[in-house]
Amino acid sequence: MSITNILLCGVGGQGTLLASNLIAECAMEAGFDVKKSEVHGMAQRGGSVVSHVRFGPAIHSPLIRIGEADLLLAFEQLEALRWSEFLKPGGLVLMNTQKILPMSVSAGDGVYPEDIAGKLAALPAQVTAVDALGAAEKLGNAKCLNVVLVGLLAKRLPAISREIWLAGLKKRIPAKLLELNQKAFEAGWNLAA
Amino acid sequence: MKSGTRERAFLSGNAAIARGAWEAGVRFAAAYPGTPSTEILEYCGQYDEIDAQWAVNEKTAMETAIGAAYGGARALCAQKHVGLNVAADPLFTVAYTGINGGLVLVTADDPGMHSSQNEQDNRHYARAAKLPLFEPSTSQEAHDMTIAAYALSEEFDAPVMLRTTTRISHSEGIVELGSRAEAPAREFVRDMAKYCVLPHNARRLHGKVEERMTKLAAWASSCPWNRIEAGDPSVGIIASGIAYVHAREVFPQASFLKLGFTNPFPADLVRRFATTVKTVIVVEENEPILEEQVRALGIACIGKDRIPICGELNPDILHASLKEFMKAPAPARVRMPDVAIPQRPPVLCPGCPHRGVFFTLRKLNCTVTGDIGCYSLGAFPPHNAMHTIVCMGASITNALGIEKAMKEKIHGKLVAVLGESTFMHSGITGLIDTVYNQGRHLTMVLDNSITAMTGHQPNPASGTTLKGKPTKALDLKKMCEATGVESVVDVDPFDLKALEEAVKTALAKPEPTVIITRRPCILLKGYKPERHIVSIDRAKCVKCGQCWKLGCPAIERDQIDGKTRINATLCVHCGLCARTCRPGAITQEKGA
Repeated sequence: MSITNILLCGVGGQGTLLASNLIAECAMEAGFDVKKSEVHGMAQRGGSVVSHVRFGPAIHSPLIRIGEADLLLAFEQLEALRWSEFLKPGGLVLMNTQKILPMSVSAGDGVYPEDIAGKLAALPAQVTAVDALGAAEKLGNAKCLNVVLVGLLAKRLPAISREIWLAGLKKRIPAKLLELNQKAFEAGWNLAA
Repeated sequence: MKSGTRERAFLSGNAAIARGAWEAGVRFAAAYPGTPSTEILEYCGQYDEIDAQWAVNEKTAMETAIGAAYGGARALCAQKHVGLNVAADPLFTVAYTGINGGLVLVTADDPGMHSSQNEQDNRHYARAAKLPLFEPSTSQEAHDMTIAAYALSEEFDAPVMLRTTTRISHSEGIVELGSRAEAPAREFVRDMAKYCVLPHNARRLHGKVEERMTKLAAWASSCPWNRIEAGDPSVGIIASGIAYVHAREVFPQASFLKLGFTNPFPADLVRRFATTVKTVIVVEENEPILEEQVRALGIACIGKDRIPICGELNPDILHASLKEFMKAPAPARVRMPDVAIPQRPPVLCPGCPHRGVFFTLRKLNCTVTGDIGCYSLGAFPPHNAMHTIVCMGASITNALGIEKAMKEKIHGKLVAVLGESTFMHSGITGLIDTVYNQGRHLTMVLDNSITAMTGHQPNPASGTTLKGKPTKALDLKKMCEATGVESVVDVDPFDLKALEEAVKTALAKPEPTVIITRRPCILLKGYKPERHIVSIDRAKCVKCGQCWKLGCPAIERDQIDGKTRINATLCVHCGLCARTCRPGAITQEKGA
């Protein structure tokens, strides 16, 4: 049984932290050794954020090496491109199609690259691009975008059972938001074939 | 988190330290917030048995923790690496007096400077102050070593340092938990020969420190925290802290000397290990502290001649540095497209009260000495309105020094900017200095009701404690007036006209002045300002660029027509842009 490396990336404030916690705790529940690393502090809101999640029989370093990420779970397109260097050639990118312009672009000092999905495919990588924000908004709360993306990821991680994911949601999410997030998880699970 | 409900938990290094402290029977903990150490105290505060408090700065935190230890409680204080500079004065002397209840001093260093102004390696402090030092490599070790540190502290009558780095503090792993064991009850016993470091006592105590270090050096070579992990004898790696797990990752077969207790240095064990391997490699992040001590034993080794001193270490850097010792090649990489990826540095949040301050200071072309907090972001474009940042509290004293050097060339233009928490931490002494030594710059205290950058900790001006209990709130205005500043003015930083007028008036005075800007952090829990919708009539936009100067993430320049757009998902309707819009394209509903 080898190690699974998942890199989550997005923009501070999108909820990557809860998503990475959920993934790591479900992996622990499934019986794996797990490590997770991310940097918080210095007004991360609005900045580029990344989380490393690693699970397997025994994990030493909490950091994924460049070229060793099996999966890139990207909450935003430009961030997918920025962090794609970590992907294993041919690795899987699960990308929310949302675009958030960085300040440098809105100030006219930079250009938001076009056709990011195409560029990622050429890395090479297998790219699944979905409108997770749209799915979250359809459920009435844009904030559950993170759980939509966890659902999308969960379907592609057979080492962790559906029951564990659902129990993980129950444990982590406050009761009054549970139903919404269960729906978000299902939406993500069914979002792409 | 309550006792004994779970056997295993997924914890960050910081949470594991707090849990370990709780299990060790700690009754008191203090800190000033600082990334990456902040959460240690927040987690301590979740345990009913720990009296956890935010101190006004790291020095008062450490002195209070020392007092608690003198008073018989097991005590903890935690700080980021630069915080230990502030607390260095008591640190060096508590090494002499020793303790009563066990005392653990946590330093959380920040290699890579994710959220810091320098990359100092605080293992130097353990050596300089002659304190025993633990360096955990995982969350489990952070937990276990914290417990062990209390036993060691009481056994050797010494404060014990525990050093983490960002990747230990903020990485999470599985931790086997134990239950709380109350520490033996002790009380403060008057003992001047021990606790009063008058010269004749201190001379004797210094001798005791040296004796203690000799005994601890012997312990270091036999303790369970330092161990040889035999493997392929062609390469023998000596490593501690996060460097150990990175090295394990890239050298799965090598022999290891895994060090968890590094000061005093386990010389005997290192000598023994060196005889069993062909090439010794010391893997360290930042400073060559272990390496220099290995070399001092006459053992040849590889270290900082290959592995960089600057920056955070990771398995990729390690692999690249030590290529010829690798059995396997580095992982294959993807081919990144040849396209510029725009940077995305952190920005002041939409609705941030600091935005009005930097807009005004830039407009008035002031020279601004800055400080440590969210408002450090005022140095970034488009604000470019912060011209020095040194350390906590330095804004005011830097300004005083600049005006002493430049006199009339800078008078009327010089402004020191700092937040209310930083002002109380170490800005107030600078203000007293300014009044006493007849400076005349303007000091702006940005009061947003919370210590924001580290994740919203209450402070002496907020009226609540770490435990969420109400307490007396410090009156900033009265405090400033008490220093002798005659002109102390309160302004809403979103009232741009009033703010500009106040700054101009203050700068025209030939005396020290203070402006306190009052508006809560937009993310403050429970703060729900009345919402008045902001909208834009794009036909009226003349692309004058006033609103772009606000540096608000919700204000976007359309890539095609060059006019302003308001991003509806980011906008919090603070209305600041409507106040700067010259042609009246951006407007805010009445009532604001």
